[in-house]
Amino acid sequence: MLYRENGQFKTTYRADQQIFPILQDRLFIGLLLVVAFVVVPGLASDYMFRAILIPFLIMALAALGVNILVGYCGQISLGSGAFMAVGAYGAYNFFVRIPEMPLVPAILLGGLCATAFGILFGLPSLRVRGLYLAVATLAAQFFADWMFLRIKWLLNDSPSGQVSVGSLQVFGFPIDSAVSRYWFCLAILAVMALLAKNLVRSAIGREWMAIRDMDVAAAVIGIRPMYAKLSAFAVSSFIIGVAGALWAFVYLGAWESAAFSVDLSFRLLFMVIIGGLGSIMGAFFGAGFIVVLPIFLNQLLPPLFAAFGMEISTAGLSHAELMIFGALIVWFLVVEPHGLARLWSTGKQKLRLWPFPH
Amino acid sequence: MGFFLETLLGGLMAGMLYALVALGFVLIFKASGVFNFAQGAMVLFAALAMARFSEWLPAWTGLQNPIVANVLAFIIAGVIMFGVAWLVEWLVLRRLVNQEGATLLMATLGIAYFLEGLGQTLFGNSIYKIDIGMPKDPVIAFESTFQGGILVNKEDLIAAAIAAALVAVLSLFFQKTSTGRALRAVADDHQAAQSIGIPLERIWVIVWCVAGVVALVAGMIWGSKLGVQFSLATVALRALPVVILGGLTSVPGAIIGGLIIGVGEKLSEVYIGPMVGGGIEIWFAYVLALGFLLFRPQGLFGEKIIDRV
Repeated sequence: MLYRENGQFKTTYRADQQIFPILQDRLFIGLLLVVAFVVVPGLASDYMFRAILIPFLIMALAALGVNILVGYCGQISLGSGAFMAVGAYGAYNFFVRIPEMPLVPAILLGGLCATAFGILFGLPSLRVRGLYLAVATLAAQFFADWMFLRIKWLLNDSPSGQVSVGSLQVFGFPIDSAVSRYWFCLAILAVMALLAKNLVRSAIGREWMAIRDMDVAAAVIGIRPMYAKLSAFAVSSFIIGVAGALWAFVYLGAWESAAFSVDLSFRLLFMVIIGGLGSIMGAFFGAGFIVVLPIFLNQLLPPLFAAFGMEISTAGLSHAELMIFGALIVWFLVVEPHGLARLWSTGKQKLRLWPFPH
Repeated sequence: MGFFLETLLGGLMAGMLYALVALGFVLIFKASGVFNFAQGAMVLFAALAMARFSEWLPAWTGLQNPIVANVLAFIIAGVIMFGVAWLVEWLVLRRLVNQEGATLLMATLGIAYFLEGLGQTLFGNSIYKIDIGMPKDPVIAFESTFQGGILVNKEDLIAAAIAAALVAVLSLFFQKTSTGRALRAVADDHQAAQSIGIPLERIWVIVWCVAGVVALVAGMIWGSKLGVQFSLATVALRALPVVILGGLTSVPGAIIGGLIIGVGEKLSEVYIGPMVGGGIEIWFAYVLALGFLLFRPQGLFGEKIIDRV
């Protein structure tokens, strides 16, 4: 009886076209935002912020970007790590080279650098698709790996290859404590998620989905593939680039190009697949899953082995982590190819009918 | 001129090895439409198994002859790869029939992670040697033609010969045997092949077995050159541009693509690299393949892609 839409009549187009047309959804999202902004900072410990919450927020943002490209536009990309790197180093260069550069514009400019890079490496998508494109996007990854290792100018001539940012502040407020970093990331994520959600249900989003479902058919009904694909690359890599800048500035503080390796690209793709392709909610689920899983295993496995009288070494732990990771991905694909978001919507569907199952 | 030829030759040799890894990709894609990202993990896994068994066997049985030990280790590693192939088909592929290419690609990524973890758990994670008795000393050829001659690594020559032999055997297998015909039929059309009584599951097991053996040979050669360690898994990433250059479905494409990429990589590293800071070989191969794709999206020898609504 709790989650039901009957009785909620929409009498205007405005009401019909809301993001969350059902009252309960609006309440839920509002409550979620209140919890995220107010309740969580009061409860979470410093460790929770640094190890789980901040990485989760930033990875959710990146997964959101990847989902726009892979889930909504159907262009498989293994170069997301590169887009993050370009965002991070782009923001870094604006931040350190221009005196008095505020943080937020620097991050957004980093995102724009990633956009340009994304459009450039999205060009092959006009000719190739599917698996060929997946491999082609690896070119972006390896090029970025190399670029941020060898071109010293981009690193502000740092001799060690490592770069770092000092104290950060936004509108005069310093963000150095864990809570302020959390709030900063959360605010950016909330704005971006709202924009992304609105974008994918607009005309542009529908064009992307048409291209994803069958690009030739979409072209026949008058959708310009070039415009649709490149705009997907642009929007997606902007969001990923902002996430990369946040990852470097807010989470890492000091980083080198290995922080954005091909492994990160794979992980981002896993987040999208496990969370659910073509779903904004799915990006959050997937990011949460992938961020929490290693921490969870690190906590769980040593006592588990100890219970059987065995000891597990650090190397053994990381191998076990790889194996469990791989097995879980395969298991997810076999059992629920549409990801956690599908479970979520199935749950909602069931709630709608509750307490009468049919 | 001598130096140029030496670089060229080195590129060809490296290209042959890339071709070997690329062959594994092509075989599986050809017969099942799966883009197998786990090929690198398979190379690592097979090489680890072989390296460790060639070390363990003499210790366990008091076997003295290193050649016998190596051959036995090769066979054991081969059997293990058959087991892996069967498990992959049974646990993963069978359950993902008719899913999209992207899903299957992700599944192989999962398999790759699993195999990397499992291989290092079972066989350890240090650097191991595979010593199959390949001569390490370089020979100098064409001394009379060019000043200083051309430095050729004997090891590379043998590796290239093994690779060439493997390719020949595989081509014969695909062209002449009835199993090979069945494999090609499945590649053309799953449903049609199934309807005339070709067992899809068995074909998949066979093709993953073959890919496993190819991975083993590739792992053996790379391993004896570089030592068996985790970085072997990334060799597969360097073989990927070979596949897209040659076309995903073509065995000769893998070979020729491998040679082109090998040569391109070495020449670019030697002649362009110093201008831009070096280390460009890995992305240069990708950019080369990418540039090529813009003109011919299906690769050198790939099947023409026809779009229908």
